[in-house]
Amino acid sequence: MSEVAEEGGAAQVLSLAEKHNALRAWSVLGFFVLVSLATFISDQRYVYLSAYLWFGFIYGMALQYGRFCMASAIRDLFAVGVPRMAVGIMIAVVLFSLVAAYVTAVGKSTFHPSPIGAYSVVGGFIFGVGMVFTGGCASGSLYKTGEGSVAALLVVLSLSFTQALFVGAGGWLNHLVPTTWTASAAAKSLPAAVSATNGWYDQFLAGYVWDLSATTMAKVTGLTEPFVAAFVGNSLLNSVLPALFLLAVIYARWYRKGYLRGKQQQYMGLQTELSGFWAMLTASRRTAIAGLILGIAAGLHMWVMQGLQQRFGIMNAGELLVAMGHTQGLSIQDTIFDPGYFYVTTQEAQGAAWVLARGGMNMMDNVFLGLDAGIPNPLINPVLWMSFALVGGSAVMALLHNEFKLKFPSLEIATWAILGGALMGLGARVGLGCNIGAFFATVTNGDPSGWLFGLGMTFGGWLGVKFFNWWIERRMAKEAGALDL
Amino acid sequence: MPVKFEKASDGRYLLDVQGYVCPHPQIYTKKALEKLRPGEELDLLFDNPSSGESIIAMCETDGNEITEKGQQEGNVMRWRIRKT
Repeated sequence: MSEVAEEGGAAQVLSLAEKHNALRAWSVLGFFVLVSLATFISDQRYVYLSAYLWFGFIYGMALQYGRFCMASAIRDLFAVGVPRMAVGIMIAVVLFSLVAAYVTAVGKSTFHPSPIGAYSVVGGFIFGVGMVFTGGCASGSLYKTGEGSVAALLVVLSLSFTQALFVGAGGWLNHLVPTTWTASAAAKSLPAAVSATNGWYDQFLAGYVWDLSATTMAKVTGLTEPFVAAFVGNSLLNSVLPALFLLAVIYARWYRKGYLRGKQQQYMGLQTELSGFWAMLTASRRTAIAGLILGIAAGLHMWVMQGLQQRFGIMNAGELLVAMGHTQGLSIQDTIFDPGYFYVTTQEAQGAAWVLARGGMNMMDNVFLGLDAGIPNPLINPVLWMSFALVGGSAVMALLHNEFKLKFPSLEIATWAILGGALMGLGARVGLGCNIGAFFATVTNGDPSGWLFGLGMTFGGWLGVKFFNWWIERRMAKEAGALDL
Repeated sequence: MPVKFEKASDGRYLLDVQGYVCPHPQIYTKKALEKLRPGEELDLLFDNPSSGESIIAMCETDGNEITEKGQQEGNVMRWRIRKT
Protein backbone atom coordinates (compact mmCIF):
# COMPACT_ATOMS: atom_id res chain seq x y z
CA MET A 1 0.00 0.00 0.00
CA SER A 2 2.76 2.39 1.00
CA GLU A 3 4.72 1.41 -2.14
CA VAL A 4 1.71 2.27 -4.27
CA ALA A 5 1.42 5.59 -2.47
CA GLU A 6 5.12 6.27 -3.01
CA GLU A 7 4.83 5.41 -6.70
CA GLY A 8 1.82 7.69 -7.00
CA GLY A 9 3.75 10.48 -5.30
CA ALA A 10 6.75 10.00 -7.60
CA ALA A 11 4.47 10.12 -10.64
CA GLN A 12 2.96 13.37 -9.38
CA VAL A 13 6.43 14.85 -8.85
CA LEU A 14 7.43 13.80 -12.36
CA SER A 15 4.22 15.21 -13.81
CA LEU A 16 4.84 18.51 -12.02
CA ALA A 17 8.43 18.57 -13.28
CA GLU A 18 7.17 17.87 -16.80
CA LYS A 19 4.76 20.79 -16.55
CA HIS A 20 7.52 23.08 -15.34
CA ASN A 21 9.79 21.95 -18.16
CA ALA A 22 7.06 22.51 -20.74
CA LEU A 23 6.50 26.01 -19.37
CA ARG A 24 10.22 26.77 -19.53
CA ALA A 25 10.37 25.41 -23.09
CA TRP A 26 7.52 27.69 -24.17
CA SER A 27 9.26 30.61 -22.43
CA VAL A 28 12.46 30.04 -24.39
CA LEU A 29 10.49 29.77 -27.63
CA GLY A 30 8.52 32.88 -26.70
CA PHE A 31 11.74 34.81 -26.10
CA PHE A 32 13.00 34.14 -29.61
CA VAL A 33 9.57 34.94 -31.12
CA LEU A 34 9.61 38.19 -29.19
CA VAL A 35 13.12 39.05 -30.41
CA SER A 36 12.10 38.40 -34.01
CA LEU A 37 8.87 40.39 -33.75
CA ALA A 38 10.27 43.34 -31.80
CA THR A 39 13.27 43.77 -34.08
CA PHE A 40 11.10 43.37 -37.17
CA ILE A 41 8.73 46.08 -35.96
CA SER A 42 11.67 48.41 -35.27
CA ASP A 43 13.21 47.76 -38.71
CA GLN A 44 11.99 45.20 -41.25
CA ARG A 45 15.56 44.51 -42.34
CA TYR A 46 16.09 42.59 -39.10
CA VAL A 47 14.32 39.74 -40.87
CA TYR A 48 17.77 38.91 -42.31
CA LEU A 49 19.06 38.26 -38.78
CA SER A 50 15.88 36.44 -37.83
CA ALA A 51 16.32 34.06 -40.77
CA TYR A 52 19.65 32.98 -39.31
CA LEU A 53 17.99 32.80 -35.91
CA TRP A 54 15.18 30.45 -36.90
CA PHE A 55 17.39 28.14 -38.91
CA GLY A 56 19.70 28.03 -35.89
CA PHE A 57 16.69 27.17 -33.75
CA ILE A 58 15.75 24.30 -36.09
CA TYR A 59 19.36 23.05 -36.13
CA GLY A 60 19.41 23.11 -32.33
CA MET A 61 16.18 21.14 -32.03
CA ALA A 62 17.28 18.56 -34.61
CA LEU A 63 20.79 18.19 -33.16
CA GLN A 64 19.43 17.63 -29.65
CA TYR A 65 16.66 15.31 -30.81
CA GLY A 66 19.08 13.04 -32.68
CA ARG A 67 22.01 13.65 -30.29
CA PHE A 68 23.70 14.59 -33.52
CA CYS A 69 27.40 15.04 -33.00
CA MET A 70 30.38 14.56 -35.30
CA ALA A 71 32.63 13.77 -32.34
CA SER A 72 30.27 10.98 -31.40
CA ALA A 73 30.25 9.68 -34.98
CA ILE A 74 34.00 9.20 -35.16
CA ARG A 75 34.68 8.46 -31.51
CA ASP A 76 31.95 5.86 -31.00
CA LEU A 77 33.09 3.96 -34.07
CA PHE A 78 36.65 3.66 -32.85
CA ALA A 79 36.01 3.58 -29.09
CA VAL A 80 32.99 1.33 -28.68
CA GLY A 81 32.24 0.06 -32.20
CA VAL A 82 28.90 1.89 -32.48
CA PRO A 83 28.12 3.17 -35.98
CA ARG A 84 24.73 4.86 -35.41
CA MET A 85 25.96 8.46 -35.48
CA ALA A 86 28.35 7.98 -38.40
CA VAL A 87 25.37 6.53 -40.28
CA GLY A 88 23.19 9.50 -39.31
CA ILE A 89 25.83 11.94 -40.51
CA MET A 90 26.05 10.17 -43.88
CA ILE A 91 22.24 10.26 -44.24
CA ALA A 92 22.34 13.99 -43.56
CA VAL A 93 25.19 14.44 -46.06
CA VAL A 94 23.21 12.70 -48.82
CA LEU A 95 20.00 14.66 -48.13
CA PHE A 96 21.73 18.03 -47.73
CA SER A 97 23.60 17.43 -50.99
CA LEU A 98 20.37 16.74 -52.87
CA VAL A 99 18.64 19.86 -51.55
CA ALA A 100 21.83 21.89 -52.07
CA ALA A 101 22.06 20.59 -55.65
CA TYR A 102 18.57 21.87 -56.39
CA VAL A 103 19.30 25.22 -54.74
CA THR A 104 22.53 25.51 -56.76
CA ALA A 105 20.87 24.46 -60.02
CA VAL A 106 18.26 27.21 -59.75
CA GLY A 107 20.96 29.77 -58.95
CA LYS A 108 20.01 30.35 -55.30
CA SER A 109 23.12 29.00 -53.58
CA THR A 110 25.22 31.12 -51.24
CA PHE A 111 28.03 28.57 -51.11
CA HIS A 112 31.67 29.39 -51.94
CA PRO A 113 34.15 26.49 -52.16
CA SER A 114 37.32 26.50 -50.07
CA PRO A 115 40.82 26.25 -51.57
CA ILE A 116 42.14 22.72 -51.92
CA GLY A 117 45.25 22.09 -49.85
CA ALA A 118 46.97 20.05 -47.16
CA TYR A 119 45.92 22.64 -44.57
CA SER A 120 42.46 21.03 -44.51
CA VAL A 121 43.92 17.69 -43.38
CA VAL A 122 46.12 19.37 -40.73
CA GLY A 123 43.27 21.54 -39.44
CA GLY A 124 40.88 18.60 -39.40
CA PHE A 125 43.42 16.50 -37.50
CA ILE A 126 43.89 19.09 -34.73
CA PHE A 127 40.14 19.64 -34.57
CA GLY A 128 39.52 15.87 -34.43
CA VAL A 129 41.85 15.33 -31.47
CA GLY A 130 40.25 18.27 -29.66
CA MET A 131 36.66 17.13 -30.19
CA VAL A 132 37.37 13.71 -28.72
CA PHE A 133 38.93 15.35 -25.65
CA THR A 134 35.89 17.60 -25.14
CA GLY A 135 33.28 14.99 -25.98
CA GLY A 136 31.53 17.13 -28.56
CA CYS A 137 32.18 18.77 -31.91
CA ALA A 138 31.54 22.49 -32.44
CA SER A 139 27.82 22.10 -33.17
CA GLY A 140 27.56 19.28 -30.63
CA SER A 141 29.00 21.50 -27.89
CA LEU A 142 26.44 24.19 -28.71
CA TYR A 143 23.48 21.81 -28.48
CA LYS A 144 24.86 20.27 -25.28
CA THR A 145 25.11 23.80 -23.84
CA GLY A 146 21.39 23.98 -24.52
CA GLU A 147 20.94 20.79 -22.48
CA GLY A 148 22.47 22.63 -19.52
CA SER A 149 26.02 21.29 -19.74
CA VAL A 150 28.45 23.83 -18.33
CA ALA A 151 31.30 21.64 -19.63
CA ALA A 152 29.99 22.14 -23.18
CA LEU A 153 29.76 25.88 -22.53
CA LEU A 154 33.43 25.82 -21.47
CA VAL A 155 34.26 24.10 -24.77
CA VAL A 156 32.44 26.83 -26.71
CA LEU A 157 34.18 29.58 -24.74
CA SER A 158 37.59 27.94 -25.07
CA LEU A 159 37.32 27.45 -28.84
CA SER A 160 35.98 30.99 -29.24
CA PHE A 161 38.73 32.78 -27.32
CA THR A 162 41.47 30.53 -28.72
CA GLN A 163 40.43 31.46 -32.24
CA ALA A 164 40.18 35.17 -31.41
CA LEU A 165 43.66 35.22 -29.89
CA PHE A 166 45.22 32.94 -32.51
CA VAL A 167 44.16 34.90 -35.60
CA GLY A 168 46.11 37.96 -34.48
CA ALA A 169 49.02 36.29 -32.70
CA GLY A 170 52.49 37.28 -33.86
CA GLY A 171 55.70 37.39 -31.82
CA TRP A 172 57.53 34.06 -31.76
CA LEU A 173 54.89 32.54 -34.05
CA ASN A 174 56.26 34.75 -36.85
CA HIS A 175 59.43 32.65 -36.74
CA LEU A 176 57.39 29.62 -37.81
CA VAL A 177 56.21 31.30 -40.99
CA PRO A 178 57.88 30.13 -44.23
CA THR A 179 59.53 33.03 -46.09
CA THR A 180 57.47 32.21 -49.17
CA TRP A 181 54.27 32.96 -47.22
CA THR A 182 55.66 36.29 -46.01
CA ALA A 183 56.74 37.28 -49.52
CA SER A 184 53.42 36.29 -51.02
CA ALA A 185 51.44 38.11 -48.29
CA ALA A 186 53.57 41.25 -48.79
CA ALA A 187 53.07 41.12 -52.56
CA LYS A 188 49.31 41.44 -52.12
CA SER A 189 49.67 45.03 -50.85
CA LEU A 190 46.94 44.69 -48.28
CA PRO A 191 45.97 47.71 -46.16
CA ALA A 192 48.58 48.46 -43.50
CA ALA A 193 45.88 48.35 -40.80
CA VAL A 194 45.66 44.55 -41.04
CA SER A 195 49.48 44.09 -40.84
CA ALA A 196 49.41 41.10 -43.20
CA THR A 197 53.09 40.27 -42.70
CA ASN A 198 52.90 40.25 -38.93
CA GLY A 199 51.19 37.20 -37.47
CA TRP A 200 51.22 33.51 -38.29
CA TYR A 201 47.59 33.31 -39.31
CA ASP A 202 47.74 36.50 -41.41
CA GLN A 203 50.56 35.07 -43.48
CA PHE A 204 48.95 31.62 -43.56
CA LEU A 205 45.85 33.17 -45.13
CA ALA A 206 47.32 35.87 -47.35
CA GLY A 207 50.55 34.08 -48.25
CA TYR A 208 49.42 30.48 -48.56
CA VAL A 209 45.66 29.78 -48.60
CA TRP A 210 44.76 32.58 -50.99
CA ASP A 211 47.28 31.24 -53.49
CA LEU A 212 45.53 27.88 -53.65
CA SER A 213 42.65 27.29 -56.01
CA ALA A 214 39.14 26.35 -55.05
CA THR A 215 36.82 24.25 -57.11
CA THR A 216 33.75 22.05 -57.06
CA MET A 217 33.32 18.57 -58.46
CA ALA A 218 30.98 20.00 -61.11
CA LYS A 219 33.82 22.16 -62.41
CA VAL A 220 36.36 19.34 -62.19
CA THR A 221 34.17 17.10 -64.34
CA GLY A 222 33.47 19.91 -66.81
CA LEU A 223 29.70 19.60 -66.48
CA THR A 224 28.01 22.85 -67.46
CA GLU A 225 24.26 22.24 -67.68
CA PRO A 226 23.12 23.60 -64.27
CA PHE A 227 21.01 20.64 -63.13
CA VAL A 228 23.45 17.98 -64.39
CA ALA A 229 26.39 19.88 -62.87
CA ALA A 230 24.67 20.22 -59.50
CA PHE A 231 23.07 16.78 -59.23
CA VAL A 232 25.66 14.62 -60.97
CA GLY A 233 28.87 16.61 -60.42
CA ASN A 234 28.32 18.00 -56.95
CA SER A 235 25.76 15.75 -55.32
CA LEU A 236 26.33 12.32 -56.84
CA LEU A 237 30.10 12.39 -57.25
CA ASN A 238 31.10 14.45 -54.24
CA SER A 239 28.45 13.40 -51.72
CA VAL A 240 26.21 10.45 -52.53
CA LEU A 241 28.82 8.00 -53.86
CA PRO A 242 31.47 8.79 -51.20
CA ALA A 243 28.77 8.56 -48.50
CA LEU A 244 27.55 5.21 -49.84
CA PHE A 245 31.14 3.96 -49.96
CA LEU A 246 31.71 5.01 -46.35
CA LEU A 247 28.41 3.44 -45.30
CA ALA A 248 29.47 0.18 -46.97
CA VAL A 249 32.80 0.29 -45.10
CA ILE A 250 31.00 1.01 -41.80
CA TYR A 251 28.58 -1.85 -42.47
CA ALA A 252 31.33 -4.34 -43.29
CA ARG A 253 33.64 -3.33 -40.46
CA TRP A 254 31.31 -2.42 -37.58
CA TYR A 255 27.72 -3.58 -38.19
CA ARG A 256 27.60 -6.76 -40.28
CA LYS A 257 28.96 -9.18 -37.68
CA GLY A 258 26.49 -8.18 -34.98
CA TYR A 259 23.60 -8.15 -37.47
CA LEU A 260 24.31 -11.65 -38.81
CA ARG A 261 24.79 -12.99 -35.28
CA GLY A 262 21.43 -11.66 -34.17
CA LYS A 263 19.60 -12.77 -37.31
CA GLN A 264 17.67 -16.00 -36.97
CA GLN A 265 16.91 -16.68 -40.66
CA GLN A 266 19.20 -18.49 -43.07
CA TYR A 267 21.90 -16.47 -44.83
CA MET A 268 20.62 -15.56 -48.31
CA GLY A 269 23.64 -13.82 -49.81
CA LEU A 270 23.09 -10.36 -51.24
CA GLN A 271 19.49 -10.26 -49.99
CA THR A 272 20.65 -10.71 -46.40
CA GLU A 273 23.44 -8.16 -46.84
CA LEU A 274 21.03 -5.57 -48.24
CA SER A 275 18.62 -6.25 -45.37
CA GLY A 276 21.50 -5.74 -42.98
CA PHE A 277 22.51 -2.51 -44.69
CA TRP A 278 18.94 -1.21 -44.45
CA ALA A 279 18.74 -2.27 -40.80
CA MET A 280 21.90 -0.25 -40.15
CA LEU A 281 20.41 2.85 -41.83
CA THR A 282 17.23 2.62 -39.76
CA ALA A 283 18.78 1.34 -36.51
CA SER A 284 18.45 4.67 -34.75
CA ARG A 285 15.17 6.32 -35.69
CA ARG A 286 15.98 9.54 -33.85
CA THR A 287 19.37 9.93 -35.52
CA ALA A 288 17.95 9.20 -38.98
CA ILE A 289 15.10 11.71 -38.49
CA ALA A 290 17.55 14.34 -37.25
CA GLY A 291 19.75 13.71 -40.30
CA LEU A 292 16.71 14.14 -42.53
CA ILE A 293 15.67 17.44 -40.91
CA LEU A 294 19.22 18.82 -40.83
CA GLY A 295 19.84 17.92 -44.45
CA ILE A 296 16.67 19.58 -45.69
CA ALA A 297 16.92 22.63 -43.40
CA ALA A 298 20.56 23.27 -44.31
CA GLY A 299 19.67 23.27 -48.00
CA LEU A 300 16.66 25.55 -47.53
CA HIS A 301 18.77 27.88 -45.40
CA MET A 302 20.95 28.73 -48.42
CA TRP A 303 17.88 29.38 -50.53
CA VAL A 304 16.33 31.71 -47.96
CA MET A 305 19.54 33.68 -47.35
CA GLN A 306 20.12 34.12 -51.06
CA GLY A 307 16.53 35.28 -51.49
CA LEU A 308 16.93 37.83 -48.72
CA GLN A 309 20.21 39.08 -50.18
CA GLN A 310 18.41 39.64 -53.48
CA ARG A 311 15.47 41.24 -51.69
CA PHE A 312 17.73 43.76 -49.96
CA GLY A 313 20.15 44.12 -52.87
CA ILE A 314 23.20 43.12 -50.86
CA MET A 315 26.11 40.71 -51.18
CA ASN A 316 27.03 40.76 -47.50
CA ALA A 317 25.24 41.52 -44.23
CA GLY A 318 27.74 44.32 -43.58
CA GLU A 319 25.97 46.41 -46.23
CA LEU A 320 22.66 45.82 -44.45
CA LEU A 321 24.08 46.83 -41.07
CA VAL A 322 25.51 50.04 -42.56
CA ALA A 323 22.12 50.85 -44.11
CA MET A 324 20.52 50.23 -40.72
CA GLY A 325 22.98 52.62 -39.07
CA HIS A 326 25.22 50.02 -37.39
CA THR A 327 28.74 50.91 -38.49
CA GLN A 328 30.75 49.70 -35.50
CA GLY A 329 32.81 46.53 -35.77
CA LEU A 330 32.70 46.17 -39.55
CA SER A 331 35.84 45.14 -41.41
CA ILE A 332 37.73 47.75 -43.40
CA GLN A 333 35.79 46.54 -46.43
CA ASP A 334 32.52 47.18 -44.53
CA THR A 335 31.87 43.43 -44.44
CA ILE A 336 31.11 40.99 -41.67
CA PHE A 337 31.13 37.22 -41.62
CA ASP A 338 28.01 36.15 -43.51
CA PRO A 339 28.29 32.67 -45.05
CA GLY A 340 24.60 32.34 -45.89
CA TYR A 341 24.46 28.76 -44.63
CA PHE A 342 24.96 26.56 -41.55
CA TYR A 343 28.23 27.50 -39.92
CA VAL A 344 29.52 27.41 -36.39
CA THR A 345 33.00 28.57 -35.37
CA THR A 346 33.77 31.92 -36.98
CA GLN A 347 30.89 33.77 -35.33
CA GLU A 348 32.08 32.50 -31.94
CA ALA A 349 35.56 33.86 -32.72
CA GLN A 350 33.94 37.21 -33.55
CA GLY A 351 32.04 37.18 -30.27
CA ALA A 352 35.18 36.46 -28.25
CA ALA A 353 37.14 39.09 -30.20
CA TRP A 354 34.40 41.63 -29.46
CA VAL A 355 34.74 40.91 -25.73
CA LEU A 356 38.55 41.18 -25.89
CA ALA A 357 38.25 44.46 -27.83
CA ARG A 358 36.04 45.85 -25.05
CA GLY A 359 38.95 45.04 -22.76
CA GLY A 360 41.21 47.28 -24.80
CA MET A 361 42.87 44.79 -27.15
CA ASN A 362 43.22 45.64 -30.83
CA MET A 363 41.41 42.73 -32.46
CA MET A 364 41.14 44.23 -35.95
CA ASP A 365 44.84 44.39 -36.85
CA ASN A 366 44.68 41.08 -38.67
CA VAL A 367 43.47 39.77 -42.01
CA PHE A 368 40.82 37.39 -40.67
CA LEU A 369 38.83 39.85 -38.57
CA GLY A 370 40.08 43.23 -39.82
CA LEU A 371 39.78 42.56 -43.54
CA ASP A 372 36.89 40.10 -43.70
CA ALA A 373 34.88 38.93 -40.72
CA GLY A 374 34.77 42.07 -38.57
CA ILE A 375 33.70 42.04 -34.95
CA PRO A 376 30.14 43.40 -34.84
CA ASN A 377 28.34 43.72 -31.53
CA PRO A 378 27.06 40.19 -30.72
CA LEU A 379 23.57 41.63 -30.31
CA ILE A 380 23.46 42.49 -34.03
CA ASN A 381 25.76 39.78 -35.41
CA PRO A 382 23.46 37.80 -37.74
CA VAL A 383 25.44 34.57 -37.68
CA LEU A 384 25.85 34.71 -33.91
CA TRP A 385 22.06 34.93 -33.71
CA MET A 386 22.12 31.48 -35.32
CA SER A 387 24.41 30.14 -32.58
CA PHE A 388 22.35 31.68 -29.78
CA ALA A 389 19.18 30.24 -31.29
CA LEU A 390 20.83 26.85 -31.80
CA VAL A 391 21.43 26.72 -28.04
CA GLY A 392 17.84 27.86 -27.49
CA GLY A 393 16.36 25.29 -29.87
CA SER A 394 18.31 22.57 -28.17
CA ALA A 395 17.16 23.78 -24.74
CA VAL A 396 13.53 23.67 -25.89
CA MET A 397 13.86 20.12 -27.18
CA ALA A 398 15.73 19.00 -24.05
CA LEU A 399 13.10 20.57 -21.80
CA LEU A 400 10.25 18.95 -23.72
CA HIS A 401 11.93 15.55 -23.29
CA ASN A 402 12.77 16.24 -19.64
CA GLU A 403 16.46 15.98 -20.48
CA PHE A 404 17.51 19.48 -19.48
CA LYS A 405 19.79 19.53 -16.47
CA LEU A 406 22.18 22.23 -15.37
CA LYS A 407 25.39 20.29 -14.82
CA PHE A 408 28.63 21.69 -13.51
CA PRO A 409 31.76 19.78 -14.50
CA SER A 410 34.35 18.26 -12.23
CA LEU A 411 37.85 19.68 -12.46
CA GLU A 412 38.88 16.75 -14.69
CA ILE A 413 36.05 17.31 -17.16
CA ALA A 414 36.57 21.09 -17.12
CA THR A 415 40.25 20.59 -17.92
CA TRP A 416 39.43 18.34 -20.88
CA ALA A 417 36.83 20.85 -22.05
CA ILE A 418 39.22 23.80 -22.01
CA LEU A 419 42.17 21.89 -23.46
CA GLY A 420 40.10 20.18 -26.16
CA GLY A 421 38.21 23.40 -26.91
CA ALA A 422 41.51 25.19 -27.50
CA LEU A 423 42.61 22.45 -29.92
CA MET A 424 39.25 22.69 -31.69
CA GLY A 425 39.70 26.45 -31.99
CA LEU A 426 43.17 26.08 -33.50
CA GLY A 427 42.00 23.29 -35.81
CA ALA A 428 38.99 25.28 -36.96
CA ARG A 429 41.15 28.24 -37.92
CA VAL A 430 43.80 26.18 -39.69
CA GLY A 431 41.10 24.13 -41.44
CA LEU A 432 39.01 27.24 -42.25
CA GLY A 433 36.02 25.87 -40.38
CA CYS A 434 34.77 23.12 -38.13
CA ASN A 435 32.84 19.89 -38.60
CA ILE A 436 30.02 22.00 -40.08
CA GLY A 437 31.68 24.77 -42.12
CA ALA A 438 34.71 22.80 -43.28
CA PHE A 439 33.04 19.40 -43.64
CA PHE A 440 29.25 19.16 -43.63
CA ALA A 441 28.55 22.29 -45.66
CA THR A 442 31.44 21.70 -48.06
CA VAL A 443 31.17 18.02 -49.02
CA THR A 444 27.46 18.53 -49.64
CA ASN A 445 28.03 21.44 -51.99
CA GLY A 446 30.44 19.67 -54.29
CA ASP A 447 33.60 20.98 -52.61
CA PRO A 448 36.20 18.18 -52.35
CA SER A 449 38.16 20.10 -49.67
CA GLY A 450 35.56 18.95 -47.15
CA TRP A 451 36.68 15.34 -47.53
CA LEU A 452 40.27 16.42 -46.80
CA PHE A 453 39.09 18.05 -43.57
CA GLY A 454 37.02 14.93 -42.83
CA LEU A 455 40.05 12.71 -43.41
CA GLY A 456 42.15 14.74 -40.98
CA MET A 457 39.28 14.87 -38.47
CA THR A 458 38.92 11.08 -38.61
CA PHE A 459 42.66 10.51 -38.01
CA GLY A 460 42.58 13.06 -35.20
CA GLY A 461 39.53 11.38 -33.69
CA TRP A 462 41.18 7.97 -33.92
CA LEU A 463 44.29 9.27 -32.13
CA GLY A 464 42.15 10.96 -29.47
CA VAL A 465 40.32 7.67 -28.88
CA LYS A 466 43.64 5.80 -28.60
CA PHE A 467 44.69 8.25 -25.91
CA PHE A 468 41.38 8.04 -24.04
CA ASN A 469 41.39 4.24 -24.16
CA TRP A 470 44.80 4.29 -22.49
CA TRP A 471 43.70 6.91 -19.97
CA ILE A 472 40.49 5.12 -19.00
CA GLU A 473 42.12 1.68 -18.93
CA ARG A 474 44.60 3.12 -16.44
CA ARG A 475 41.79 4.53 -14.28
CA MET A 476 39.78 1.29 -14.47
CA ALA A 477 42.78 -0.82 -13.54
CA LYS A 478 43.13 1.28 -10.39
CA GLU A 479 39.39 0.97 -9.57
CA ALA A 480 39.13 -2.74 -10.41
CA GLY A 481 42.39 -3.61 -8.65
CA ALA A 482 40.63 -4.58 -5.41
CA LEU A 483 37.89 -6.54 -7.16
CA ASP A 484 37.94 -10.23 -7.94
CA LEU A 485 37.91 -9.75 -11.71
CA MET B 1 32.90 13.15 -8.56
CA PRO B 2 35.50 10.48 -9.41
CA VAL B 3 34.47 7.30 -11.21
CA LYS B 4 33.38 4.45 -8.93
CA PHE B 5 33.60 0.76 -9.88
CA GLU B 6 32.84 -1.65 -7.07
CA LYS B 7 31.25 -4.97 -6.22
CA ALA B 8 27.59 -4.55 -5.16
CA SER B 9 26.84 -8.24 -4.40
CA ASP B 10 27.73 -11.66 -5.78
CA GLY B 11 27.79 -11.43 -9.56
CA ARG B 12 26.76 -7.77 -9.57
CA TYR B 13 28.97 -4.72 -9.90
CA LEU B 14 28.29 -1.00 -9.74
CA LEU B 15 29.78 1.54 -12.14
CA ASP B 16 29.05 5.14 -11.22
CA VAL B 17 30.06 7.66 -13.87
CA GLN B 18 27.78 10.52 -12.84
CA GLY B 19 29.20 13.88 -13.81
CA TYR B 20 31.07 12.49 -16.79
CA VAL B 21 30.28 13.56 -20.34
CA CYS B 22 30.97 11.80 -23.64
CA PRO B 23 32.99 9.75 -24.29
CA HIS B 24 33.75 8.74 -20.70
CA PRO B 25 30.51 6.91 -19.71
CA GLN B 26 30.43 4.65 -22.77
CA ILE B 27 34.14 3.83 -22.69
CA TYR B 28 34.03 3.13 -18.94
CA THR B 29 30.98 0.91 -19.52
CA LYS B 30 32.72 -1.00 -22.29
CA LYS B 31 35.83 -1.51 -20.16
CA ALA B 32 33.76 -2.60 -17.15
CA LEU B 33 31.74 -5.10 -19.21
CA GLU B 34 34.95 -6.51 -20.64
CA LYS B 35 36.07 -7.29 -17.09
CA LEU B 36 32.84 -9.05 -16.09
CA ARG B 37 32.23 -12.78 -16.57
CA PRO B 38 29.25 -14.02 -18.67
CA GLY B 39 26.04 -13.96 -16.60
CA GLU B 40 27.30 -11.22 -14.25
CA GLU B 41 25.48 -7.90 -14.11
CA LEU B 42 26.55 -4.30 -14.12
CA ASP B 43 24.52 -1.55 -12.46
CA LEU B 44 25.35 1.61 -14.32
CA LEU B 45 24.73 5.13 -13.01
CA PHE B 46 25.18 8.02 -15.44
CA ASP B 47 23.67 11.42 -16.14
CA ASN B 48 24.86 12.20 -19.67
CA PRO B 49 21.83 11.51 -21.93
CA SER B 50 23.85 11.22 -25.16
CA SER B 51 25.89 8.37 -23.73
CA GLY B 52 22.70 6.33 -23.31
CA GLU B 53 22.17 6.04 -27.07
CA SER B 54 25.73 4.82 -27.55
CA ILE B 55 25.49 2.33 -24.68
CA ILE B 56 22.27 0.84 -26.12
CA ALA B 57 23.88 0.41 -29.54
CA MET B 58 27.07 -0.94 -28.00
CA CYS B 59 25.14 -3.59 -26.05
CA GLU B 60 23.19 -4.58 -29.19
CA THR B 61 26.41 -4.94 -31.16
CA ASP B 62 28.22 -6.89 -28.44
CA GLY B 63 25.19 -9.00 -27.56
CA ASN B 64 24.90 -7.83 -23.93
CA GLU B 65 21.42 -7.35 -22.52
CA ILE B 66 20.07 -4.22 -20.86
CA THR B 67 17.61 -5.71 -18.37
CA GLU B 68 16.53 -2.55 -16.56
CA LYS B 69 16.34 1.08 -17.54
CA GLY B 70 15.45 3.34 -14.67
CA GLN B 71 15.58 7.07 -14.22
CA GLN B 72 16.19 8.59 -10.83
CA GLU B 73 15.62 12.10 -9.60
CA GLY B 74 17.84 14.69 -11.27
CA ASN B 75 17.92 12.91 -14.64
CA VAL B 76 20.27 10.22 -13.34
CA MET B 77 19.95 7.01 -15.33
CA ARG B 78 20.26 3.68 -13.50
CA TRP B 79 20.59 0.81 -15.94
CA ARG B 80 21.32 -2.85 -15.38
CA ILE B 81 23.27 -4.72 -18.03
CA ARG B 82 23.77 -8.49 -18.11
CA LYS B 83 26.90 -9.73 -19.78
CA THR B 84 26.15 -12.63 -22.11
